[in-house]
Amino acid sequence: TTPLTFREAPEYLTDEKKTPFDAVAKYNNFYEFGTGKGDPAKYAHEMSVDPWSVEVDGECARPGRYALEDLLKPHDYEERIYRLRCVEAWSMVIPWVGVPLATVLSRLEPNSRAKYVYFETLHDPKQMRGQRSLFSTIDWPYREGLRMDEAMNELSFLAIGLYGETLPNQNGAPIRLVVPWKYGFKSIKSIVRIRFLEEQPKTTWELLAPSEYGFYANVNPEVDHPRWSQKRERRLPSGVLRPNWMETRMFNGYKEQVAHLYKGMDLAKFY
Amino acid sequence: MAKVIVFCVALMPLIWLVTDVVLGRIGPDPGQEITERLGIAAFQLLLVTLLITPLKKMTGWPGWLRHRRMLGLFAFFYAVLHVLAFLQLILGWGDLWATFTRRPYIALGAVAFLLMIPLALTSTKAMMKRMGRRWKPVHRLIYLSAIFAWLHFLWQARSDVTEMVVYGLLLLALLFIRAYWFGVSSLVPLRKSRA
Repeated sequence: TTPLTFREAPEYLTDEKKTPFDAVAKYNNFYEFGTGKGDPAKYAHEMSVDPWSVEVDGECARPGRYALEDLLKPHDYEERIYRLRCVEAWSMVIPWVGVPLATVLSRLEPNSRAKYVYFETLHDPKQMRGQRSLFSTIDWPYREGLRMDEAMNELSFLAIGLYGETLPNQNGAPIRLVVPWKYGFKSIKSIVRIRFLEEQPKTTWELLAPSEYGFYANVNPEVDHPRWSQKRERRLPSGVLRPNWMETRMFNGYKEQVAHLYKGMDLAKFY
Repeated sequence: MAKVIVFCVALMPLIWLVTDVVLGRIGPDPGQEITERLGIAAFQLLLVTLLITPLKKMTGWPGWLRHRRMLGLFAFFYAVLHVLAFLQLILGWGDLWATFTRRPYIALGAVAFLLMIPLALTSTKAMMKRMGRRWKPVHRLIYLSAIFAWLHFLWQARSDVTEMVVYGLLLLALLFIRAYWFGVSSLVPLRKSRA
């Protein structure tokens, strides 16, 4: 990782204790490199992230293949500290460096038919050993998506770094999504495709287990995962003898910024 | 001497775990890690216990049997620690009823554990004598326990089942070899076989 230059975004700071870099970089879900929490840190160096390009297509005026440095403008870089709530009931507080997703998407000029934006992670079994696994039930590449108004929300962020340096590969280098009011699996890593769509795309976890994971995946303590409760979360690092439990908040505590997006929707149905 | 070695080897998963905790190598979510590792250790020892009879039959050396009880009790020991860790470190002793009724994989794990209790209690030489011909069919409950434990793990896999496929094949081999040598009825718990 290399140091980045950026400005702080004071409106997105928090006085919560940050999760130490070591925990953020060594405890990951990135099934492209294995399903163990330590696997990504062990094997993600097998992925090459330079050069990197992102394919843009679908309902927009500026489709094409963009080199990463043409998609991003360094003067946009800012630091934001966000809570990250995993669907597995643990959470972290992470200082990201990146650009608002809306800034990048606007430059690509989505047209009026663009109702959703869809993302894909790199699919390259040569570099990603998890994709070589015979008994993986994931249909690669990893896919995610947002409704257009969610994507344009001020909180939606494209991160290229954390703790002031470029992203470690296991955290989704060189560019990843961060949507802090949704469960972590929505924040897709190592993005190689951005596509504007008229219809709602199918996403990886939704395809795999539709009764457990929905398209929206908003953090919601009232709607349990079928296999565990979502009322509480373990803030990492957690204690050895006593877990660092805390109550999970609606929209992961970002209600003020995002609740209006879901007015009138039954969030138990659209989970 | 052999007993001491078996004892020490069976204790290794716990020693590793404690070492990792003490040295701070357990990672940022110790409760989860500790619970998982204790559970896997219990299951692995269950499989090792099931290996004793085939080893005896294949090598013709009855000495293997002397270690079966200790291995089985170690499996039970890790299972007890696993259950306690789950209750204390994952659940925090809350939500108990909903956890065991609404989450089938936890219910399966609970059944696997409960089945081990009578086996641990009747594992002594004295109990073997007292139960006589009933001892063997009762102790075939270990097959059910191992199958339930395997399902308990498989159900939790979120996407990649490679590890559980390997364990499943091992378990299947251990059961199949018995069916092949002693007949399918030798696998049925609580029923006396003719052989």
